[in-house]
Amino acid sequence: MSAHASHAPKRSGLWDWLTTVDHKKIAILYLIAGGLFFLAGGIEALLIRLQLMYPELSVVGAKTFNELITMHGTTMIFLAVMPVIFALMNAVVPLQIGARDVAFPFVNALGFWLFFFGGVLLNTSWFLGGAPDAGWTSYTTLALNQFSGRGIDFYVLGLQIAGLGTLIGGINFLVTIINMRAPGMTFMRMPLFTWTSFVTSGLILFAFPAITVGLVLLMFDRLFGGNFFNPDAGGNILIWQHLFWIFGHPEVYILILPAFGIISEVVSTFSKKRLFGYSSMVFATALIGFLGFMVWAHHMFTTGMGPIANTLFGLATMLIAVPTGIKIFNWLFTMWGGQIRFTTANLFAVGFIPTFTIGGMTGVMLAIPPADYQYHDSYFVVAHFHYVIVGGLVFGLFAGLYYWWPKMFGKMLNETLGKWNFWTFFVGFHLTFFPQHFLGLMGMPRRVFTYLAGQGLELGNFISTIGVFGMSIGTILFLVNVAVTAKSGKRAPADPWDGRTLEWSIPSPPPEYNFAQTPLVRGLDALWVEKMAGNKGMTPAEPLGSIHMPSGSFLPFVMSVGLFIAGFGFMYHNYVVVVIGLAINFACMLLRSLTDDPGYHIEPDEIEEKGVKA
Amino acid sequence: MKSWQQFWRQLFLFGLLALTLTGCGIQELSALKPQGPVAAMQFDLMKLSFSIMIGVFIVVILILTYVLIRYRKRPGQEGIPKQVEGSHTLEILWTAIPFLLLIIMAIPTVTTGFALSKEYDNKEALQVNVTAHQFWWEFEYPDLGVATAQDLVLPVGKKVQFTLNSADVIHAFWIPALGGKIDTNPGLENKMWLQADRTGTFYGKCAELCGASHALMDFKVEVMEQADFDKWAQKMKTVQSADPKKATASAAEGQAIFEKSCLGCHAVAGKGGKLGPNLTNFADRMRVAGIKPNERKYLEEWLKDPQKMKPGNNMPNLNLSDDQVNALVDYLYTLSVKDEVKDENKQ
Amino acid sequence: MATHHVHAVLPDEPEKATLEGKNKILGFWLFLGGETVLFGSLFATFIALRDQTNGGPSSQQLFDMPLVAIATLLLLTSSLTSVFAVLAMHKKNLKQVQAWLTVTVLLGLGFLGLEIYEFMHYYHEGHKISSSAFGSAFYTLVGFHGGHVLFGILWIVTLQLAAVKKGLTVVTAPKFYVASLYWHFIDVVWVFIFTVVYLMGMIGGKVG
Repeated sequence: MSAHASHAPKRSGLWDWLTTVDHKKIAILYLIAGGLFFLAGGIEALLIRLQLMYPELSVVGAKTFNELITMHGTTMIFLAVMPVIFALMNAVVPLQIGARDVAFPFVNALGFWLFFFGGVLLNTSWFLGGAPDAGWTSYTTLALNQFSGRGIDFYVLGLQIAGLGTLIGGINFLVTIINMRAPGMTFMRMPLFTWTSFVTSGLILFAFPAITVGLVLLMFDRLFGGNFFNPDAGGNILIWQHLFWIFGHPEVYILILPAFGIISEVVSTFSKKRLFGYSSMVFATALIGFLGFMVWAHHMFTTGMGPIANTLFGLATMLIAVPTGIKIFNWLFTMWGGQIRFTTANLFAVGFIPTFTIGGMTGVMLAIPPADYQYHDSYFVVAHFHYVIVGGLVFGLFAGLYYWWPKMFGKMLNETLGKWNFWTFFVGFHLTFFPQHFLGLMGMPRRVFTYLAGQGLELGNFISTIGVFGMSIGTILFLVNVAVTAKSGKRAPADPWDGRTLEWSIPSPPPEYNFAQTPLVRGLDALWVEKMAGNKGMTPAEPLGSIHMPSGSFLPFVMSVGLFIAGFGFMYHNYVVVVIGLAINFACMLLRSLTDDPGYHIEPDEIEEKGVKA
Repeated sequence: MKSWQQFWRQLFLFGLLALTLTGCGIQELSALKPQGPVAAMQFDLMKLSFSIMIGVFIVVILILTYVLIRYRKRPGQEGIPKQVEGSHTLEILWTAIPFLLLIIMAIPTVTTGFALSKEYDNKEALQVNVTAHQFWWEFEYPDLGVATAQDLVLPVGKKVQFTLNSADVIHAFWIPALGGKIDTNPGLENKMWLQADRTGTFYGKCAELCGASHALMDFKVEVMEQADFDKWAQKMKTVQSADPKKATASAAEGQAIFEKSCLGCHAVAGKGGKLGPNLTNFADRMRVAGIKPNERKYLEEWLKDPQKMKPGNNMPNLNLSDDQVNALVDYLYTLSVKDEVKDENKQ
Repeated sequence: MATHHVHAVLPDEPEKATLEGKNKILGFWLFLGGETVLFGSLFATFIALRDQTNGGPSSQQLFDMPLVAIATLLLLTSSLTSVFAVLAMHKKNLKQVQAWLTVTVLLGLGFLGLEIYEFMHYYHEGHKISSSAFGSAFYTLVGFHGGHVLFGILWIVTLQLAAVKKGLTVVTAPKFYVASLYWHFIDVVWVFIFTVVYLMGMIGGKVG
């Protein structure tokens, strides 16, 4: 390597955050942005439940209600849980494989800013003539110009930009995990969270292009007079549903697999045991990822595909129960014979198991097409996917946040507040969503802004709304916990939980280069192996030397702003604005292509000084 | 942890309580109280899959509870637990057993799936064409030459073959007590059969988000004896105009308004447009706009401001005076094909 | 072997000499995997809608096969010349690289010119994006490919200009390599478009 500028450029404050390419800082950006969108989606949910607290209420109007459900679903899936997953992947995966950074730090930053500006674009719709109101699935023809307003344009362009960010993020993690592992870190020694992140990134790569195409077609129909979904000109409304679900079903696994990974790490650490059936866990993860692409049409049983297609997709869906069951029992037997500590992280993990099992059970029930004719688009489905996405994924994310918070921020979260957080959220969750199973079976369709009195739906809806307050309190307690501990919390040691994997072998928070010396991995649970061998830390795989780091860049931010501007140009048919936006974007790409980043070096003396073990 | 046990006991009791308090919904609406063979077959599948799943759940909960109590870390506990890699026997066991359970579920899934998608021709079944609109339902009986809206009238104990379509966006046709739903797709036709095993009223709903008033796109199903049904169909076909017995001066005035302002969209006795619901037997209907009881005050409210009761629907506000509304209501309540106009409609 | 002073230190496969280079190539292969799904979805949509002409001209009435055949020939040849460019890169001969890439770009421009001419011709016959579902699907699929060709041309020209100053290094080599991968991908997609859109379109109705 030739000689480059060898001092770390000093950037401070906001400028540092706008230009960072450090995966640990990008993780925090993802967490903050995802957290803010999570709160927005949560407030939308609260309004939805208030409207449904009693029959024939008018807290919000019918149109506003449809905007709320659309934005709640879209925000939660694309702008809240996805980025929090990306936050944890960014914070943890490079550390778990012993890497100094991700494969493409610049692309990593670009991915974040694209997601962020896509999300902002989508949410500006509230102030510019109304949010999208055709459901997060935006089925045509309801989502075409004749039947809905400008809001859908925000949906199309916002998701397109955010989706692009997610796609390149996925590629980045695939390459990182394939190419950047430390010596000795073979695939079958990777921690399960890294494995699930790997499979999830693969799913992102192959699923997101389908929604990209779907959104392009919808955009052409809405903005350029296309006829893809217009039955009067030969279009076919079902093409949208197929493209949406070819993306949408793998998306469910994109979301839940990292949660499986988190639960595996947390349960294993707090049972003081290695993961039971590691190989079968890896196999089950890959199998779920594969099957995830084979079952999209189970969202379309009632579209009239006929008994053959329905049965095949139904049976394929049921098969997913097998690898999922393997995971549940492996977790149970990881705890069997262990020494279980009930930290907040582990409470969420343990709460996850029965809750997710219920979500999985209703999933199998939904896979039976004739029975699904009753469940479909009823509150039964609403209950099912909230058991999977909240009871599964959000519990998993809370577990992951409590577990890795010390590593990310160098502060311990308060355990007492954490336990209150768990119990209020857990009880509130079940109170909210358990009665919804029955509401659906008793004849309540989903996405209704009200229901009539005297149809037996009052009690269930009332209980459900009460439960939301529990979930709200739980979320607020988490925020309080973050605020309180940020001010006066205990400093986190390098290894607060008696951890087993590589991230616990370096200080909390890690220095910008992560590992002063790349570690040598000698088995599954790399740190645990060293602990059992009586070593203090990891054995280095290289001598202490100069570390090359990539420079920060403002271009990802500017590129995303360019696309943000172009998005508005498309929506308002102002092609001057489109050209300006795209020109900004392409100019940045050109600049990036023409200038080589020399990076900078951190010399051994600086490492000694910063890298003192906690 | 003791609170765990406590919690699950509470959750169970709570679930039981919720169930007993609400029953399983009302029999006009609930999928848990099937009133015909289709709903019954679907309910059987629900029960089968639910029993198997609850069995699995109990196993998971038992193991979880045992593990959490038995293997919790005790104060002062030292040492390192045995690091178990896995167990082939166990892992094969919990791969194979779920697989067997799935096979048990798969067989009735296949047979019921094909049974429900069988199509019946007009010799075996009553044919009904359903067209969904924002936000109302059009029902046509092609073999009988009868068209109606909002209240679907069916004979008891007879298969009904539905052919479904949509005039605008996707809706879904759902009568939970009689059977599951199917989408009505613009540009694509769907088929489904149902059967009611007892007379009475059932509630139908739109189950696919279709716009602002999706929640209000309800309809009713009135199931009657075959003889009554035949009589109804005959009357629907032959009825010429308003029942002269009930004609008053006000109703005649209303009829004039109707023919001038409403007939373009609403048909009565075979005359008029098809953009809005057919009103031939409006006075016999159970609901105004599909949701409110068919009473004078609601009908007046509807005519004065249709958007208020059902946001986003296509009926314009005709800006009628109170007198005009009054006359129109008088006229609309003469539109009946039943011998006795139901009293409860007219308070 | 042309041994320029700077090239003397260049390893045999300069594109894979550094971790950054390897990352770039792997990442790009993965990206092409995603692109495959993208074009797969567009093809599926086109196949579903290709007979929905809504009273407008059908593919049999529209397509001018000799013109399309020439365009195909140009693009296939350009794929070959981009291979020659990579071979020249392995021989560390920047001049040859530049020459072959210039040929590639010119052939690409030729293809693009024919496509634009073709589209304008169809447009005047009443085959528009807004005239039918077939029109929408046709212009979207073929246009997406055309957009890829245009981007590829701009990209390769950028790399050529940059290489004038920077020469052939372990930093520029992966970029050339990846651009040529991209160009091959575009070529493969065109083979499918030629088959599915044009050949099947000419015998359409009987098969579809």
